[in-house]
Amino acid sequence: MEKATYYNPADLAKFGNITEWQPEMGRKFFDYYGEVFKDGALTEREKSLIALAVAHAVQCPYCIDAYTTDSLQKGADEAQMMEAVHVAAAIKGGAALVHSVQMMNKAKELSM
Amino acid sequence: MKSLHAQHHPLADTGYQLTVLTQAEVEGAHQPLFATRLREAGLLPLRPTGITVMQVNVGKMCNQTCRHCHVDAGPDRTEIMTRATMQQCLDALRQTPIEVVDLTGGAPEMNPDFRWFVEQISALGREVIVRCNLTIIVANPKYYDLPEFFARHRVRVVSSLPHFSAVRTDAQRGEGVFGRSIKALRMLNEAGYGVEGTGLSLDLVYNPSGAFLPGNQAALEREFKQRLVREHGVVFNSLLTITNLPISRFLEYLLDSGNYESYLDKLVQAYNPVAAANVMCRSTLSIGWDGQLYDCDFNQQLDLLVDGRAPQHIRDFDLAALNERSIVVNQHCYGCTAGAGSSCGGATT
Repeated sequence: MEKATYYNPADLAKFGNITEWQPEMGRKFFDYYGEVFKDGALTEREKSLIALAVAHAVQCPYCIDAYTTDSLQKGADEAQMMEAVHVAAAIKGGAALVHSVQMMNKAKELSM
Repeated sequence: MKSLHAQHHPLADTGYQLTVLTQAEVEGAHQPLFATRLREAGLLPLRPTGITVMQVNVGKMCNQTCRHCHVDAGPDRTEIMTRATMQQCLDALRQTPIEVVDLTGGAPEMNPDFRWFVEQISALGREVIVRCNLTIIVANPKYYDLPEFFARHRVRVVSSLPHFSAVRTDAQRGEGVFGRSIKALRMLNEAGYGVEGTGLSLDLVYNPSGAFLPGNQAALEREFKQRLVREHGVVFNSLLTITNLPISRFLEYLLDSGNYESYLDKLVQAYNPVAAANVMCRSTLSIGWDGQLYDCDFNQQLDLLVDGRAPQHIRDFDLAALNERSIVVNQHCYGCTAGAGSSCGGATT
């Protein structure tokens, strides 16, 4: 028997099955999703790199697999992919650190 | 790195490759037969639409040993087309209106009769395409004048460059290949290749350097053009995206890296019936180094000769009989029908 884990890579291919329990919303979501990733003001490759960065920020293993593959398919190289993840890391780190201003404000308020 | 042939690797046996390719089906699995998909599309038996390209593989000898090579070419391969067989190709060509002769290998330039062959084809007024691996131009002083030779005969140069980054190119084609390829591209540019207004065509071929499919051809071309001109001052005409077919050394890579099943699934899931109608074997005749006839260069490397009701050697060339043949298909053909389709001329849809 397969070892049970919270994430099963094979489930990624079953994403489309979410329409089984709510067809209309599911369909609308996938139509929107498809539209979002089309070449537009941003290229498909740029969108894929943004998705890769966001995948790391939201720590979604399915999305990391999907957008690593997709970034490679769109012609991105290792340097571009790692820089995208650093952007996510900088924003995540910055988001934590910028709150330290609030900490400083509160500490000052409570201190003599 | 040695060829599979020199290593006496089990995959050097094309019968074994075909066994691996059809195994999933034998085991009752999820990958439907390619022939079944063609039947559903009303395309079986697959017939030629008329041969417009004669693709000649002049030998398996190459100065490189790329990890994805479907020919299993390399410096240790000695199979090479003789001038007598080239003459048979020319005799066949003379009887037909076929306009394009596409020379491939190995590194076709390493065949000692390569230049003679180009001159003869050119004298017949047919267009010559050379699938040049770029590094051959800088491999030895005797090849330094190839760009001028190509230009003199208005040869169309089609060259592999799997990525604009050195890391991804070298991972597929060998250490230092990117740098030498850029040097060769500059020499081709200096001879007028890829330069607007010269009419000398230089196309680049993008093969994914790994177990994934090529992205959108037009988008990749834009990116390649920007990066190559900005970072290396190199220009070219078109980028052709070609999917790696799961045969020979790419099959070895897929099996060794544990990517075989998922790659085959990707190809099958991306099957496109429109691409199936446009496959290049419908308009191409492929000739092996020994004069044997095949539907395409991939079938050639799997030893899948043309249908036995048609002539199987160039000395017996008969255009009408060949145009009536049934094209031989197998599971590797999914590589040419995935997504936007794939051919020696790039995407097909």
